[in-house]
Amino acid sequence: MLRLSLLLLLAAMPLRAEEVVLGLSQNRIAITANFDGSEILIFGAVKREEAIPDEPLEVIIAISGPSLPLTVRRKDRRFGIWVNVDSFHVDEAPSFYAVATSAGFNESISLLQDAVHKVSVAKAIHSTKEGIDYGDRRNFLDAIIRIREDNGLYQTLENAVEVDEQTLFRTNITLPSNLTEGDYTARILLTRGGEVVSQYTTSIDVRKVGIERFLFKLSREMPLIYGLMSLAIAIAAGWGASAAFRIFQRD
Amino acid sequence: MQIYLPIAEISVNAFLLLGLGGLVGILSGMFGVGGGFLMTPLLFFIGIPPAVAVATEANVIVASSFSGVLAHFRRKNVDIKMGTVLMLGGLVGAFLGVAFFNYLKAMGQVDLLVKLSYVIFLGIVGGLMFIESFNAIRRSKKPGGAITQRKKRGWIDALPFKMRFRTSGLYISVIPPILVGIFVGILAAIMGVGGGFVMVPAMIYLLHMPTKVVIGTSLYQIIFVTAATTLMHATTNYTVDVALAVLLLVGGVIGAQVGTRLGSKMNGEQLRILLALMVLLVCGKLALDLLIQPVEIFSIGTGGH
Repeated sequence: MLRLSLLLLLAAMPLRAEEVVLGLSQNRIAITANFDGSEILIFGAVKREEAIPDEPLEVIIAISGPSLPLTVRRKDRRFGIWVNVDSFHVDEAPSFYAVATSAGFNESISLLQDAVHKVSVAKAIHSTKEGIDYGDRRNFLDAIIRIREDNGLYQTLENAVEVDEQTLFRTNITLPSNLTEGDYTARILLTRGGEVVSQYTTSIDVRKVGIERFLFKLSREMPLIYGLMSLAIAIAAGWGASAAFRIFQRD
Repeated sequence: MQIYLPIAEISVNAFLLLGLGGLVGILSGMFGVGGGFLMTPLLFFIGIPPAVAVATEANVIVASSFSGVLAHFRRKNVDIKMGTVLMLGGLVGAFLGVAFFNYLKAMGQVDLLVKLSYVIFLGIVGGLMFIESFNAIRRSKKPGGAITQRKKRGWIDALPFKMRFRTSGLYISVIPPILVGIFVGILAAIMGVGGGFVMVPAMIYLLHMPTKVVIGTSLYQIIFVTAATTLMHATTNYTVDVALAVLLLVGGVIGAQVGTRLGSKMNGEQLRILLALMVLLVCGKLALDLLIQPVEIFSIGTGGH
């Protein structure tokens, strides 16, 4: 089911030396009641009109979830217990970010090009907050990356893109179960000698579906109705379960 | 079987939730306690965000108290007038509690508030329960032990706004029950508990209500206060997870039936010591989490400033 192959073929692109023709195993991810993460296969080919240049081709694939503001808090010991003391606000941090490269990250793209194209995980987080010194700010940003890497939400996958004959490429990216819904983007960058020579972007739709979608939407859009419904359902379930148990006991 | 909880936004094993509900249900059936004060911390331990755990547990308690109160209504063990006075206080308390909860949530301190409240209350309740059942066992071995003296009514009789509560056979001021109600309402909103463990002793020792109406009346007022808490959390924090609530409840109701049967066959006082130890264990685990330096001192909250 996961490998439901939906080929997204590419129509005419601006004339370039090398272009990406891309396929995704799925361009729509449904968060259902038994959603337990998913795996997405990204594959494609490089279309070119000329001979293959001498410098080796590297492929970088980055998938990012919707960017949201967040607050990072740091605990410190106060009166013997650990409490949140400092906080740092980030304007935009992707809720999911995975970047896979065909070689080591630093061999695939130069620092300068990374800054321009914002490819690495660290570059994907934007913060405009001032009044906090650079070193401490770095601590907070590192913490976001560290926590989200532990949750599988941020991934840096070096040597994870297979490239054949400098033409065909493929990689697998694992999406964890704690995904935020929204429009995800998949970016494919072709680099030679650390310079981006071509890039291509497509979107992946991640949505709660069915009952999950219904409950989530209701809870945000009509919270009072949702609250009353929760009470009614819970009372009915509690009553039903005890009635069922009594019948079961009598038999 | 993994199930994705729509509001908590995490994937949890459904059988784990049913099992937890069942376990807490067995305990509540055996000891006649509401399970909120054990269930909410257990939900923290399996990774449910504290705000979701508190609000959802309030929803679960409405339903389990509803099933419970019906039996007491049939036996006419509910003092509706007293329950209503307590409930009015409870609604005020729940409102204050949710407001305080949301204020601290905006400051990023809500987890601390909830966990600290649990450490304090579980410590007190577990400690008292342990001492009391320990003494009870000792008394039962030494016949003719000390008889606990009942305190004489003093300052409570001097308060104004007296009202007659026929079912309880009381003529007392409405101020103490309202204050008790407010206090329990605050606890319900902050900790996701019914508050029976505070309400029942207060009714017996402070208001001097007859023991037979205490449980029914407490359940009656808990339904309304936790229902109000659920609605307030649902409309201001969006933290009530109905899927989580239903799974806990189904496990809990079945567990409670099993627990009631088990409890009638076992030695009450020794079991009570076990429950006290368990409460202290949960308290200790929560306290250690606050005292020991966490592995990750940073945490991420969505939105906010």
